[in-house]
Amino acid sequence: MNKAGERLVNGLVKENPTFVLMLGMCPTLAVTTSAMNGLGMGLTTTVVLALSNVIISLLRGIIPDKVRIPAFIVIIASFVTMVELLLQAYIPALYDSLGIYIPLIVVNCIILGRAEAYASKNPVVPSFFDGLGMGLGFSFALTCIGALRELLGSGKVFDFQVMPDSFVPVGIFVLAPGAFFVLAALTALQNLIKIRSEKAGKDASKIQSGCSEDCMNCRDTGCSRRFYGEKEEMEIIDLRKEEDE
Amino acid sequence: MSDLMKVSSNPHIRSQSTTSSIMMTVILALLPAAGVGVYNFGPKALMLILITVFSTVLTEFLFGLLIKKQTVSDLSAVVTGLLLALNLPVGAPWWMAVLGGVFAILVVKCLFGGLGQNFMNPALAARCFLLISFPAIMTDFTCDAYSGATPLALLKAGEDVDIMNMVTGHTAGTIGETSMIALILGACILLVFGVIDLKVPGTYLVTFVIFLGICGGHGFNPAFISAHLAGGGLMLGAFFMATDYVTRPVTKRGQYVYGAILGVLTGIFRIFGPSAEGVSYAIILSNLLVPLIEKSTMPKAFGKGGERS
Repeated sequence: MNKAGERLVNGLVKENPTFVLMLGMCPTLAVTTSAMNGLGMGLTTTVVLALSNVIISLLRGIIPDKVRIPAFIVIIASFVTMVELLLQAYIPALYDSLGIYIPLIVVNCIILGRAEAYASKNPVVPSFFDGLGMGLGFSFALTCIGALRELLGSGKVFDFQVMPDSFVPVGIFVLAPGAFFVLAALTALQNLIKIRSEKAGKDASKIQSGCSEDCMNCRDTGCSRRFYGEKEEMEIIDLRKEEDE
Repeated sequence: MSDLMKVSSNPHIRSQSTTSSIMMTVILALLPAAGVGVYNFGPKALMLILITVFSTVLTEFLFGLLIKKQTVSDLSAVVTGLLLALNLPVGAPWWMAVLGGVFAILVVKCLFGGLGQNFMNPALAARCFLLISFPAIMTDFTCDAYSGATPLALLKAGEDVDIMNMVTGHTAGTIGETSMIALILGACILLVFGVIDLKVPGTYLVTFVIFLGICGGHGFNPAFISAHLAGGGLMLGAFFMATDYVTRPVTKRGQYVYGAILGVLTGIFRIFGPSAEGVSYAIILSNLLVPLIEKSTMPKAFGKGGERS
């Protein structure tokens, strides 16, 4: 599989930010009251994620290591501001329903996490696809949660009436507790699939563990897959040099 | 002499009571309230009680099949179903009773590890689930016999209520909460059989009365206070649900703290909250505080913690 495709699958399935990495819980729980909101939030984040990954990857040689986090945030915040203004101009309905959670994309840990873990260490094209894959995985998860909550909480999906008229909406699902119920149920389902496929002899260790292929910083000592050979050589930090500075 | 020496491992103090015998006593104690409910609200109330109990027991049975460990015989599912049914208005449709029963047993109890592991009272969690989901149905107490608002809602609106009717149960309300006499009778059964003691309910009610007197806006007006004591789910909650072994603190001091928190929370919800009733939210909120209460009130082991000389 080529690098770009591998990154896409990685974001969508293996390291799905919501169900596997459990990142970005704040927008996941807060805005998924309907499928449309979930999809809107997901796609907005995808745009920011892909573009900021590209820029950060381009600038990875220039940004000094010590101020990398502020630098990343400046880049991310610029894109968020652009997207926010665009949304306000062209899709005001979505802008209104997402509200404060659009500016909050700046501090979404998925974006900062990908910048730190991937884009700042890898070339532009894989970084773009990494952002795209992660963003689409996030959108997929948010749309699933939103659709389920909307279905149970108001009998509709994407504003289309799905349930028969006799269905009485279970209002709790469009309120805050419903987000936790649905997220827990979907994560449990994902664990079930993982356990089943492990029993069937498939290697599912990457699902759920959120393997970043970074064996140096991995706490999973029982992991059978080690990536020493594939990684670029580790940077050796010279402690004495640090002290001299 | 040597015949009298018995060697056995601990525990040396044994009791005849089992989980199912305790649960049986609780069921017996709930029957007067259920009976008055059926008498007041008609056969539909009986149907609702049976459906709820059936759904909780069936859920527990099916979950037991799934995990290959059957726990239906400890009767705790029957108690949960009965308590939930007594917390429903008589106008609730059958599917709501089933949904509440499944939620109580499956989500609140079984998924957290079964009886003894549930972090909040299953019946009350299900009631709150239904209350948030279907507020219109859950607060509609209109039925053939009674119409209009509950006594607490009337009190909140500043109108007068007939306390005698509230004591005997001739008011609007959920199936099991209306009759104070039946609930007190049930509480006496529990007290006599030693299933509960007065630590939690006593502290609860006393704190609630004190809070009401200070913040209720009517001072210690006996009519106002007794109406609040007899109205709503306070008696049901204080004697049957706050005393739940699983979700109350195990330490003695902790139980007093727990009762006091319950009283204050109920007072706050009833007086300052938007809704007239607050017992169920007060109890499940306090359930969540129980681990903290236990941690801070754990008695010191003998010989530990003294000043070093």
